[in-house]
Amino acid sequence: MAEKEIDAVSGVETTGHEWDGLKELNNPLPRWWLWIFYATVVYAVVYWILMPAWPLVNGYTPGLLGDSQRREGEIAYEEVVAQRSELGQEIASADLAAINADAGMLEFATAQGQAAFGDNCAPCHGSAATGSPGYPNLQDDAWIWGGSLDQIYHTIAHGIRSDDPDTRMGEMTAFGDMGILDRAQIRDVTAYVRTLSGQAPASNADAEAGKQIFADNCAVCHGEAGTGNQELGAPNLTDQIWLYGGDTETIQTTIQHGRAGVMPPWVTRLDPTTVKSLAVYVHGLGGGQ
Amino acid sequence: MAHAATARPPKIMTLEEGLYAGFLAVLALFCLLVAGKAHDTPMSVHGVMGAAMAFIGLFLIVKHYLERPYEPVPQEIGGLPNYNMGPVRFATIAAVFWGVAGFAAGVYIAFQLAFPVLNFDLSFLSFGRLRPLHTSAVIFAFGGNVLIGTSLYVVQRTSRVRMLGEITPWVVVLGYNAFIVIAATGYLMGVTQSKEYAEPEWYADLWLTIVWVLYLVVFAGTVMRRRESHIYVANWFYLAFIITIAMLHIINNLTIPVSVFSSKSYIAWSGVQDAMIQWWYGHNAVGFFLTAGFLAIMYYFVPKRAERPIYSYRLSIVHFWALIFLYIWAGPHHLHYTSLPQWASTLGMTFSVMLWMPSWGGMINGLMTLSGAWDKLRTDPVIRMLVVSIAFYGMSTFEGPLMSVRAVNSLSHYTDWTIGHVHSGALGWVGFISFGAIYCLVPWLWNKKELYSLRLVNWHFWTATIGIVLYITSMWVSGILQGLMWRAYNDFGFLEYSFIETVEAMHPFYVIRALGGVLFLIGGLIMAFNVWMTIRAGEAVDVEAAAPAPAAA
Repeated sequence: MAEKEIDAVSGVETTGHEWDGLKELNNPLPRWWLWIFYATVVYAVVYWILMPAWPLVNGYTPGLLGDSQRREGEIAYEEVVAQRSELGQEIASADLAAINADAGMLEFATAQGQAAFGDNCAPCHGSAATGSPGYPNLQDDAWIWGGSLDQIYHTIAHGIRSDDPDTRMGEMTAFGDMGILDRAQIRDVTAYVRTLSGQAPASNADAEAGKQIFADNCAVCHGEAGTGNQELGAPNLTDQIWLYGGDTETIQTTIQHGRAGVMPPWVTRLDPTTVKSLAVYVHGLGGGQ
Repeated sequence: MAHAATARPPKIMTLEEGLYAGFLAVLALFCLLVAGKAHDTPMSVHGVMGAAMAFIGLFLIVKHYLERPYEPVPQEIGGLPNYNMGPVRFATIAAVFWGVAGFAAGVYIAFQLAFPVLNFDLSFLSFGRLRPLHTSAVIFAFGGNVLIGTSLYVVQRTSRVRMLGEITPWVVVLGYNAFIVIAATGYLMGVTQSKEYAEPEWYADLWLTIVWVLYLVVFAGTVMRRRESHIYVANWFYLAFIITIAMLHIINNLTIPVSVFSSKSYIAWSGVQDAMIQWWYGHNAVGFFLTAGFLAIMYYFVPKRAERPIYSYRLSIVHFWALIFLYIWAGPHHLHYTSLPQWASTLGMTFSVMLWMPSWGGMINGLMTLSGAWDKLRTDPVIRMLVVSIAFYGMSTFEGPLMSVRAVNSLSHYTDWTIGHVHSGALGWVGFISFGAIYCLVPWLWNKKELYSLRLVNWHFWTATIGIVLYITSMWVSGILQGLMWRAYNDFGFLEYSFIETVEAMHPFYVIRALGGVLFLIGGLIMAFNVWMTIRAGEAVDVEAAAPAPAAA
């Protein structure tokens, strides 16, 4: 059985065994293979000598280099903190207008605001800040709660209809659900609202009748001309910019059920400097007033 | 009939038949009890499924007992071993089925990553549930059936003996697939241990433990009664795979169920120790399931198909022991820069680097076995598949040690690069070596001269290869881009990109990856068709040349 034979093709000796027709040649280990294997072993041993490597009863072999990834991490963190500190401290003590007026601070606040926006605001407002239904576009100059630096700061810091004591309050009444307006009235006032922004009213509705309903129910917040009121967060209805949508069906839904979207307060979640930088960043997006 | 019955002594149920029948009867009743008293819906569903499967098993054993001849199955016929290939045939078919299912699940979740709307807001279609379904289907269902099927084939042929047991091999094969069904349906219902590649809950784990020990008994028992003086190299690798997986599976799944009637359990390990044990398991699932096991396949099917001897016996010994010894240390490289102590991370990294050449030993032995038969690459698409799989094995076992180096890992970790790396190993190495083995096995198992169509094998080869190339290159680009975007800081020390911007940047690569997956899936479907047609319509081997069929009594 164990009689060695020479493989005719390669001229190499076999081990003499055969399993199900399979044989094995007795070629030596390839030299390059062996030497690279030794080299990786040497690499490993050298690494163990230099770096923390083997566990001991109490602790581990620290390695000649005294390397510590925990300390490296701390150093890297401290470097970033130091990099941010000088301008960061200025921002912490400066008021928003001063930050906006100073080129250095503005650049810093924009960088910080952009990073914070991406991680905290983009999920709702979009990474380009262009919003989506229910979440306002922050690139335009139509502001529900005001577009000045201080107004934007207040909105970001305390939120809208949030649990913060200084939060923005005021909501769209559910005229239909509360029985204030019936279906026909909602249909008519919807038609009128659409004419405010120059859109065609639905053919089955009486926009003239809607005008009176608007004056009786809506003007108190949205104004006689429908231009809105930032104190109450009542949007301008004449500008063709819609938070939820300006088609007949969406407007009817809004009047029927009301709207009360929520924005969380960020002053309890982010540090004060970051909230300030966010206000400056959002203000600078293009619509700041 | 009545004459025959009175003329013969009564048919005796063997101890093996009786024990399994009794066990399955008790199990079925217990499963029904669990189903009735279950605390949660999934447990109730699984109780019913377990009872149904146990009843089917019981029925099959009784049917087998009633229909089998009086005399025990002959171990030899005409001086040749009477090989038991039924379980191997089942595992081969199951592998093809699960392979296609697993690839399809992968393609679907790849499209979900590119177009999240495809989860349709349905819990059971969400990525979190389908992802383990995909990984388990391809690794454990496809890969596992290939491993069990080929191992039971190879161990019989290279030991020149019928495998141990009559019912036990069937319990292994069917029981393993029952585990797959329980695990997969559990994922869809949200049952998970939340451990990567070890998601099935405690009761599925317990069942797998029983099946796996029986697998070890069948395999080792067959090796022990071999008619050859030496154990063939493929069987070392199979044995290492079976034993190590048993150890890994048990230790990583030491959980305490909330109740016998609950699908939920809690792991015995805590914190970073749990993480370490999980990745000791996870990496060695790669090392012993996806590497050692499939190297065993290579060591049988490559020389068999090439009709050449193994290149070097010495290399096979040295790389086997080096691989076994070094692999088991490499797990911590999955936990670089975490709360795992740095020393453990160092060991994981250095052992991974030392693992490079032992892994390549297998590649050299596989490729060099073709010396003297390289011309077959042109003529035989099955050989081409086997050779390309070895090339992918070499590539991913170089990439692995590279990625385990901490400086590289700080860029690659948590990115798509890891996904690309895994798939160059999974699609290229594990997939292709399995396809090659299946293409060899099917004609042998069903006594056919050759496959239905070698041209279709060629089509499978090219679509799948292009699919793999699209997959891994898109994931390399995506992963490195992702890693660089995550670590980019601006002049003031703020992150340059928000997380969502990095996700947006991945989109085109996710589309390319999904298309690569589609090609790979098409290849799998071509294989399934070819296998089906070979079994249905392949030209039978001449009766003269065929091994004598097992004689019915």
